Amino acid sequence: MSEHTIRVLVAKPGLDGHDRGAKVVARALRDAGMEVIYTGLRQTPEMIAEAALQEDVDVVGLSILSGAHMALAPRIMELLKANGQDQVKVFMGGIIPDEDMPRLKAMGITGIYGPGASTEDIVKEIREAMKS
Amino acid sequence: MSLTQQVLKGDRLALSRLLTLVENNSPEGRAALAELFSHTGKAHLIGVTGSPGTGKSSLVNQLVLQYRKTDQKKVAVIAVDPSSPFTGGAVLGDRVRMRDLSGDDGVFIRSMASRGSVGGIAQTTAALAQVFDAAGYEIVIIETVGAGQSEVEIARLAHTTLVVEAPGLGDDIQAIKAGILEIADILVINKADRPGVEHTERALRSSLELARPVSRVYHHGQAMTVKAHKPPPNTWIPPINKTIATDGSGIAKVIESIAKHMQYLRTSGEWNARERARLRSETEALVRDTLMTQFLEGLPEGAFESALERVFSHSLSPIEAAQFLAQTERPQTPRATKEKP
Repeated sequence: MSEHTIRVLVAKPGLDGHDRGAKVVARALRDAGMEVIYTGLRQTPEMIAEAALQEDVDVVGLSILSGAHMALAPRIMELLKANGQDQVKVFMGGIIPDEDMPRLKAMGITGIYGPGASTEDIVKEIREAMKS
Repeated sequence: MSLTQQVLKGDRLALSRLLTLVENNSPEGRAALAELFSHTGKAHLIGVTGSPGTGKSSLVNQLVLQYRKTDQKKVAVIAVDPSSPFTGGAVLGDRVRMRDLSGDDGVFIRSMASRGSVGGIAQTTAALAQVFDAAGYEIVIIETVGAGQSEVEIARLAHTTLVVEAPGLGDDIQAIKAGILEIADILVINKADRPGVEHTERALRSSLELARPVSRVYHHGQAMTVKAHKPPPNTWIPPINKTIATDGSGIAKVIESIAKHMQYLRTSGEWNARERARLRSETEALVRDTLMTQFLEGLPEGAFESALERVFSHSLSPIEAAQFLAQTERPQTPRATKEKP
């Protein structure tokens, strides 16, 4: 069986303790047949990049509800690149104001999801990103 | 430079990619394993198993911290969690308990889904351990899925198997059932600050003593010495270590037990015996796979499927189907033409 299973790191960078969203997404991705590595709360960008490297993931999913996304996301992108993991697709969820979205996309974030996003869309868009 | 060379030089990204190739059992992965094999055989493989929620991940976290603190050995962790039998997906959550280990270049944690295997580890877990071994990790800790009673595959793979128990999980009858307790080289009672720990310890100890009777017995409250049932020299009697993995209590004792067990394996010849048994079963499994592939390729088109259909409709039993297929005329195989010219 050499078919590639999609591996996703679900991480919560920063200091907010609201991990329900991350867990809902982790569960939905599991039900979609993906292997989700769940790292838990309060991860530093360094911890996330290190876990992404060790786990050789295809996708990193970040959940940020603290408002610190403009500080955390660039650092994570930078570290992934520095580790040679440019091909990893990064998705993000949480409370992200509309005006930040273009800048996050420009940094290379593939998808951004706010409250009310459907897990089916997330699954679909991850699968699509894997094809490209 | 090839991927294997990069791995041997200590490139962590290359190592991670190779682990994926090996885990997926891809042709590149298999070729790399063959190439790396001569570099293996040095690592101490330590299995950690036990029921869900006994604190295996937290214990592994502490063990690695201790190994890194005391002798700077490079440590790899393979943490296996179950795959969904329905979707094949998985949530691998063992890293949550191992956050103390991040930022240390001498540690490499890899989560792994069981992908349909039922023995507590995945089919390619042994192969991943080999890659870590070749990459210079001296200690490879394999944490199994939360195991019930018969997930004992780990004992075939690891040199030293730790079985983790926690207070309140079962009585002394659980402790004499066959299976998981039998494979323990070291018994760890974690959460030793919880009530009931003495009871758990007593149940485990008496279970061990049923296997190896001791020389002192208590008869109506009086200690009597019976003619010594001395264990034959150089027998390993699993020690029982108590730990509190959340604060690190008792971990040094477990490390000591592991070192003693290693010593025992080396001096008793058990190390070689285990290595040989492991490599034998690995080779046998590969021969089986290879022959199966060859056999299926040699069958006439659709013969296997049509036999299966007859089994599905209950007109042929699986045993008859296998016999029938084995005797099926195999027109193009070279061996058949050689033997019957």
